[in-house]
Amino acid sequence: MTTTHTLSVLVEDKPGVLARISGLFSRRGYNIQSLAVGPTEEEGISRMTICVTVDDFPLEQVTKQLNKLVHVIKIVELEPASSVQRELVMMKVRADAHVRSQVLEVTQMFRAKVVDVSPEAVTVEATGTEDKLEALRRMLEPYGIREIVQSGMVALARGPRSIAAHHR
Amino acid sequence: MTQARPTAAPGTPGPAANGTRRPAPRAGAPTEQQDTVLQTPVAPDAPRPTRVDPEPATGAQSLVRSLEAVGCDVVFGIPGGAILPAYDPLFDSRLVRHILVRHEQGAGHAATGYAQATGRVGVCIATSGPGATNLVTPLADAMLDSVPLVAITGQVGRKLIGTDAFQEADICGITMPITKHNMLVTDPADIPRAIAEAFHIAATGRPGPVLVDLPKDVLQAQTTFSWPVETRLPGYRPTTRPHSKQIREAARLIGEARRPVLYVGGGVIKAEASTELLDLADETGAPVVTTLMARGAFPDGHRQNLGMPGMHGTVAAVAAMQKADLLIALGARFDDRVTGDLSTFAPGAKVIHADIDPAEIGKNRPADVPIVGDAREVVTELTAALRSSAVDRDTRHEQLRGWWEQLESWRQTFPLGYDDPADGTLSPEYVIERIGAIAGPDAIYAAGVGQHQMWAAQFIAYEKPRTWLNSGGAGTMGYGVPAAMGAKVGCPDTTVWCIDGDGCFQMTNQELATCAIEGIPIKVAVINNGNLGMVRQWQTLFYDERYSNTELGTHKHRVPDFVLLAQALGCEGLRCESKDDVDRVINQAMAITDRPVVIDFTVGADAQVWPMVAAGTGNDQIMAARDIRPLFDDPEAVQAEEVSRADRPVDGEGRAAQRSRTIDEEPVR
Repeated sequence: MTTTHTLSVLVEDKPGVLARISGLFSRRGYNIQSLAVGPTEEEGISRMTICVTVDDFPLEQVTKQLNKLVHVIKIVELEPASSVQRELVMMKVRADAHVRSQVLEVTQMFRAKVVDVSPEAVTVEATGTEDKLEALRRMLEPYGIREIVQSGMVALARGPRSIAAHHR
Repeated sequence: MTQARPTAAPGTPGPAANGTRRPAPRAGAPTEQQDTVLQTPVAPDAPRPTRVDPEPATGAQSLVRSLEAVGCDVVFGIPGGAILPAYDPLFDSRLVRHILVRHEQGAGHAATGYAQATGRVGVCIATSGPGATNLVTPLADAMLDSVPLVAITGQVGRKLIGTDAFQEADICGITMPITKHNMLVTDPADIPRAIAEAFHIAATGRPGPVLVDLPKDVLQAQTTFSWPVETRLPGYRPTTRPHSKQIREAARLIGEARRPVLYVGGGVIKAEASTELLDLADETGAPVVTTLMARGAFPDGHRQNLGMPGMHGTVAAVAAMQKADLLIALGARFDDRVTGDLSTFAPGAKVIHADIDPAEIGKNRPADVPIVGDAREVVTELTAALRSSAVDRDTRHEQLRGWWEQLESWRQTFPLGYDDPADGTLSPEYVIERIGAIAGPDAIYAAGVGQHQMWAAQFIAYEKPRTWLNSGGAGTMGYGVPAAMGAKVGCPDTTVWCIDGDGCFQMTNQELATCAIEGIPIKVAVINNGNLGMVRQWQTLFYDERYSNTELGTHKHRVPDFVLLAQALGCEGLRCESKDDVDRVINQAMAITDRPVVIDFTVGADAQVWPMVAAGTGNDQIMAARDIRPLFDDPEAVQAEEVSRADRPVDGEGRAAQRSRTIDEEPVR
């Protein structure tokens, strides 16, 4: 069965670490669906959130191979049910004076924000799960979407514990 | 035998080929470099610094002093622009000997041969750009065979990186998938730590190659050197201690097994676990198979050793795994050349899989009992667990009596063997067998890749670990000569033979010049069948005998003439063309200890490697010899069937008596 898994990966913030990880995925034939990387509460440590589509069995291979990379410190798989998963999207929607209020209404319904406006267009920013952002896109599409940019997913486990707590 | 020209008695320089040949150097004599440029004499056994307080040094000095401190005694390399700063302090080192090779690939394989023969980390050095890219093949080779290697490369200056500068190559990017780790050092103060980490990563856990890339201006910069240094590797923590619960579970399965097989891989040699393996074998009473990378891990002379499994393994070893109810894999990785078609491999076997690399466990074959740990610790604890288990040793041996009867019948019915070629040419198997018999189990044997490699794995009896060196995973033609050179440097008092093919030999024989100049007296047996023999064998079997681009002309045109080539490279050159002369020429080569020797064994082109499991088929389809397929499912299990027409001379002809049953069937081709 092919499913999407969310891996949270703590890595040393060293030059080339992203290339090492993406290279490993491509040469072993694993498919990255999204990837987000950024700093953590600890200096020198970055956190990657990688969504990967694999069969259940190779997932173990993915994590084992990732763990062999010297710069990889820790890998945790985050289950959708026990974690908060978010993506960020910005959409530039065609919206002149006639439809602007309708676009703003949709924006409010999705608790999205307008971050830029011009006579012909508004730029809407939204965060949420993949499903929510997809629904927003469908609602705004009739007005004409000129541009979309979307981040990779970031995710954090629910509850008080931190994955970084025990890596040393 | 025809010998190109008379050879001299041992110990005296060979006769001049054309009146101007330089006398061959004697072992231990000062090298030419030392003669001419007053290089500091190397005393690798001199005490090494264990503690150095911070003191000023250039990056290059810091590099050389780090190499000295980390215990490196020899490096194989070639200087060039970007690495040039490092060669200046290297010139003064009394602790690190530099061996000037003729091609960076030779440096890499020499470091591998050194590492495989000694167990220490092998080191090679190259300059930036093409120097570094020439290391790509040996690094990939070392990666697949888990060889502890440190490669040091020069890089263009920091400001030039990324500008397509002269001799710039992104060697860290290029070697990312073929090294265990690599690093670009951008701060000269980091050099000692980088070297310490490189050696630590290369040698520990599952060993592998590590590349350290050093920009020229980092080598030239002023910095400080101090030792020891603290390594900072939060993401690198290899597991060496096996889990005791898994050990108990493994011991339980072993106690229940009626048809167990100890499947021994190269990890046993890397973990120095051969002595402990003898105890485990004795305690279990199980048959042992030693993979291509593990030849010598368990003595061939031991009754329980069934030989090598896999594509060209013994029938007994392959059949034992196919019919086993338990495989105890120790430092082995279920490589496709061992398993054949995975879906039909060892269908009835449970699997205990012990490896230091967790990613190997379950990668190709699911494991019933996974054990992550160092092979020596696993074997030791497994033996201890068996000794304290409910089933005692004698009971276990008794339980395996029926299994051994079957194993013995396979072993006796399908022994390794060969026939003398029908056309009267010299048999390559015979040559290799005699080299093994005469040089004995104390010698080190390095092979190239192809038919001669398989014959050397089959027909030389290995009794000790680290006496068989070859390129198993990558199958790198040209590995033999430089690897033998590296092994001889690491083990100067041991006889080192390179069993090479005429194809492989032409890829890296330039290192014989290194051997001659540096006083590294290896012996090279060129098993010269005039062809790329293994490819030709496949063309014979699978491509209707259409020999597309496999004839090298080393027979037909004698180009090159290996005897003349050997002499041109400062070696003794001998030739042997008949069976009667084989022992004499080998003994002649054994007696020459002051310079490298090359023997051109002109052998028949039609000999084939058997047994064989054709690529893509299952191991049940093993052919003991051409057209002879053992019938494992027969209750007697000692029968064979003839599966192809036998109206032409084939290798298996001589064993017609073993065909207890003949069935007409379509050829398996």
